[in-house]
Amino acid sequence: MTTQTLKTKATVLENLVAVRAMIRRHKRNDIIFAAVGLLALMLGLLTLLTLFLDLVMDGYPRFNLTFFSEFPSRRAANAGLLSAWVGSVLVMIVTFLTAVPMGVAAGLYLEEYAPKNWFSDLIEINVSNLAGVPSIIYGLLALGLFVYGLGLGESILTAGLTLGLLTLPVVIVSTREAIRGIPVAIREAAYAVGATKWQVVKDHVVKYSQGGILTGVIIGMSRAIGETAPIITIGALTFIAFLPPSPISDVAPFINFEWLGSGFTVLPIQMFNWLSRPDHAFATNAAATGAIIIVVTLMMNGTAIYLRYKIRKNIKW
Amino acid sequence: MINATTALKAESRELNFFYSNGNQALKSVSMPLYENKITALIGPSGCGKSTFLRCFNRMHDLYPGNKYEGQIVMHPDNTNILEAGVDPIEVRMRISMVFQKPNPFPKSIFENVAYGLRVRGEKNQRTLADKVEEALKGAALWNEVKDRQQDLAFNLSGGQQQRLCIARALATDPEIMLFDEPTSALDPIATANIEELMSELKNKLTILVVTHNMQQAARVSDYTAYMYLGELMEYGDTDTIFTRPTRKETEDYITGKFG
Repeated sequence: MTTQTLKTKATVLENLVAVRAMIRRHKRNDIIFAAVGLLALMLGLLTLLTLFLDLVMDGYPRFNLTFFSEFPSRRAANAGLLSAWVGSVLVMIVTFLTAVPMGVAAGLYLEEYAPKNWFSDLIEINVSNLAGVPSIIYGLLALGLFVYGLGLGESILTAGLTLGLLTLPVVIVSTREAIRGIPVAIREAAYAVGATKWQVVKDHVVKYSQGGILTGVIIGMSRAIGETAPIITIGALTFIAFLPPSPISDVAPFINFEWLGSGFTVLPIQMFNWLSRPDHAFATNAAATGAIIIVVTLMMNGTAIYLRYKIRKNIKW
Repeated sequence: MINATTALKAESRELNFFYSNGNQALKSVSMPLYENKITALIGPSGCGKSTFLRCFNRMHDLYPGNKYEGQIVMHPDNTNILEAGVDPIEVRMRISMVFQKPNPFPKSIFENVAYGLRVRGEKNQRTLADKVEEALKGAALWNEVKDRQQDLAFNLSGGQQQRLCIARALATDPEIMLFDEPTSALDPIATANIEELMSELKNKLTILVVTHNMQQAARVSDYTAYMYLGELMEYGDTDTIFTRPTRKETEDYITGKFG
């Protein structure tokens, strides 16, 4: 016979009061944490927003088409960004063309083909560390390797390759992350019908990891577009009033590569140049340029998010 | 009862298998697979039945360090498919596989079925379309998807996805088809469909199926093998195994006393 203990209404109610007090106490911690988190988030967001608005207000007088279509000038009001944005675009093209194929190929090799041993572990650690190397170090490397070693000069090619190197680890890491997201079951399904490794890579691995790779590429590029230190190190000009030769020509073969060897400037360097002028009027130009760089960066990141969403939509696992 | 006219399609001889961590998952397993028959592998979790199944298409080769000892011989050509000189890709071209959870590619229904053919270099649209249709019919899916072959495979239900995976495995006209617990992620109706399909498929090919479901083994298979701790405990035709098992362990497992 077990002895039954019946809970009286009084003890149940008493217990209930204690439980409710405890829940209230726990919920208070929820609210406190949410408030602290929100504050931390706002601090970051508001700082960026304030900075951006400040730049927009300071640079407001320069937001017109001529600012984009004029070369730099001694008179602040006439000075424009033409050589800088064209330079940025051309450098980014070289960066894209070097960092993406090399980064994706390296990532694929490391993830799919490389044997897993201490050596590949070492490479892995190094690649991750490369992403954290200060950009000016890349500038020094490029000065020694591209400018003096290979004699590429202070050219768009040198700048593009330098920023390409800078972007490379980001592309490699994001390629590997994206590849790892593909379920084992999908790979096995492909191997089970008799696919070779290369068929699995080209028909499945690359296709399903596109979203992640693209995101990494764009985020790497948006970091590169704002880089100043390595570009200054390799000797970019700070004041140029000419455009590099056009990559597209009207005679066959309609494409030329002279622009690669041309001197250049880029947006952040133009901004730096204007900032360092004693004449305060140039500060307006600098602010406007800063705002433009932020907008370009945000747009690139926005594109990355959109593309990832669009590509991921058809892939569920 | 083993029919005298039944031909041997493949057999494992003294098969040992070691995972890369040194674990021996199969211990001297010798077992026949008869042509146009369904052989079921039963046994408690971790007994090595999936490991055994995956030896047949050399799936273990995808992961470094795994080691086979012994033979799996395919007939009538007498090829030992585990031999170092035999390319695992060649083996997978002859022996296809259906997995535990439906694993269609994130591609269209058509491309899923066509993939095995594309891997073999088939580019002719007409041939592809014909073979895809044939495979979808063979997998009893044609009527449900014939008007939406360009839809994403993920839009199909779980049972349809699994039949799509069967169609994918069927499109390349394999000699043997491996099923690794093909219905464990499906509801009873979808399960019944797959079982019916398997009984039809055996007219064309030889089937080896791993199952956790005793009734399923009893319903669909011609031969049953009971495995325990990496060893083949008992093998025989399904009726005998389920009604008059010779070993006590087999009887205990089948009647649910253990496992």
